[in-house]
Amino acid sequence: MTVPSLLSTQPRISPGYRLQWEEVQQCYVLLYPEGMVQLNESAADILKYCNGEQDLAHIITELEQAFNESNLTDDIVNFIADAIERGWLRV
Amino acid sequence: MSDVRPPLWLLAEVTHSCPLQCPYCSNPVSLVRKQDELNTEEWLRVLYEARQLGAAQLGFSGGEPLIRNDLEILIAEARRLGYYTNLITSGVGMDEERVAAFREHGLDHIQISFQADDLTTNDYLAGCKAYEKKLAMAKAVKAQGYPMVLCFVIHRQNISQVKAMLELAMELNADYVELATTQYEGWALVNRDHLLPTLEQVRQAEATAHTYQERLRGKMKIYFVVPDYYEGRPKPCVDGWGKVFLAIAPDGVALPCHAARDLPNLEFANIREQSLEWIWYDSPTFNAFRGTSWMKEPCISCDERFKDYGGCRCQAFKLSGDAHNADPTCSKSPHHEQVLKAIERVDQAETVSEKPLVFRNRPNALKLTHS
Repeated sequence: MTVPSLLSTQPRISPGYRLQWEEVQQCYVLLYPEGMVQLNESAADILKYCNGEQDLAHIITELEQAFNESNLTDDIVNFIADAIERGWLRV
Repeated sequence: MSDVRPPLWLLAEVTHSCPLQCPYCSNPVSLVRKQDELNTEEWLRVLYEARQLGAAQLGFSGGEPLIRNDLEILIAEARRLGYYTNLITSGVGMDEERVAAFREHGLDHIQISFQADDLTTNDYLAGCKAYEKKLAMAKAVKAQGYPMVLCFVIHRQNISQVKAMLELAMELNADYVELATTQYEGWALVNRDHLLPTLEQVRQAEATAHTYQERLRGKMKIYFVVPDYYEGRPKPCVDGWGKVFLAIAPDGVALPCHAARDLPNLEFANIREQSLEWIWYDSPTFNAFRGTSWMKEPCISCDERFKDYGGCRCQAFKLSGDAHNADPTCSKSPHHEQVLKAIERVDQAETVSEKPLVFRNRPNALKLTHS
């Protein structure tokens, strides 16, 4: 999928996957059938916004505001594309 | 040991009872009796303590977990505690209503096992009528919106049917397919001469799996792992002894690997007597094969010791007589010949017929444990 077309999609966590804070591991994890991925902070921050309701362009704006940064588009789009490829997200 | 990490995986083997009699079962030959099983309160305590320790993935397994009529209670509590709950089942013992009830109680995922893609082979290996039920339950699982894993345990009796298994999985809209290699523990070891495939069969199955993996990329995930007997290198059994995996047997015995019970000279603590925290961090058994200090040559000086941890302790014991030895599936093991001989017997069709296939059931368990 191209960057412009991805920006207008509304990514959400795939069915059967669950994003969850793990106190013992002190990190967010993504849980799925018989598996678990430990997430770094930025990955978790992005996934938290992927609720299937807002489009990616909007999510990027919100993340840039929340972290008081600009030019996050490339990094976030790359991450989202990768997460789709891995099956974590659906659009 | 200060560098011990918390457990992440809890396998709750809630019963050893099972309506199926698969001869490749990796349960210990001495099945736990029904009257020795943990009760509901005890299982609830296991779930709580393991979650406190850090376990996030939970598998309800057995035997056939559906036999337990408190499974709904356990699922609901597991979900409340924050586990990702997996039900690992034959499908026999469910109906549409129970599948829906599990969903309401918070079950995250159901894995259904098939013995083969066709009725005749499936029901022969299962030792009962199961195939039609499995088909119906696979459809019910999808209809309820669960992610579905289909698991085919692969061995010589069904390995030529891998293509048809994958076709069946596609037809049933499986999200994942596990072409699980038989682990030659417990009943599977008793029946190894009937089950071990030839190298040619393994390569053929591998090629078929790869073709479908390419074709179905992004649609259906297919797992196929070449059996360690043919790899020359051992598998990192349970990702390392006492590293992430904690199994509780039906009678409350805590195990670093569900097959470990048959290892000698180890005292396996029971959750009826000890806390899980003590068992995981401090018990001699969970520390017996942690790290590398227990290793002997060739493991201790091997570059791959942090990759495969010397392989499977149970296999090392069963095939070499000492659980501290390298797993004999490793080509560096001085006992590797044991594995080569077993394969050779298969290749020369010298196998079987002298002894019949032993089905996994309680009468056979009694016979085997008393002989």
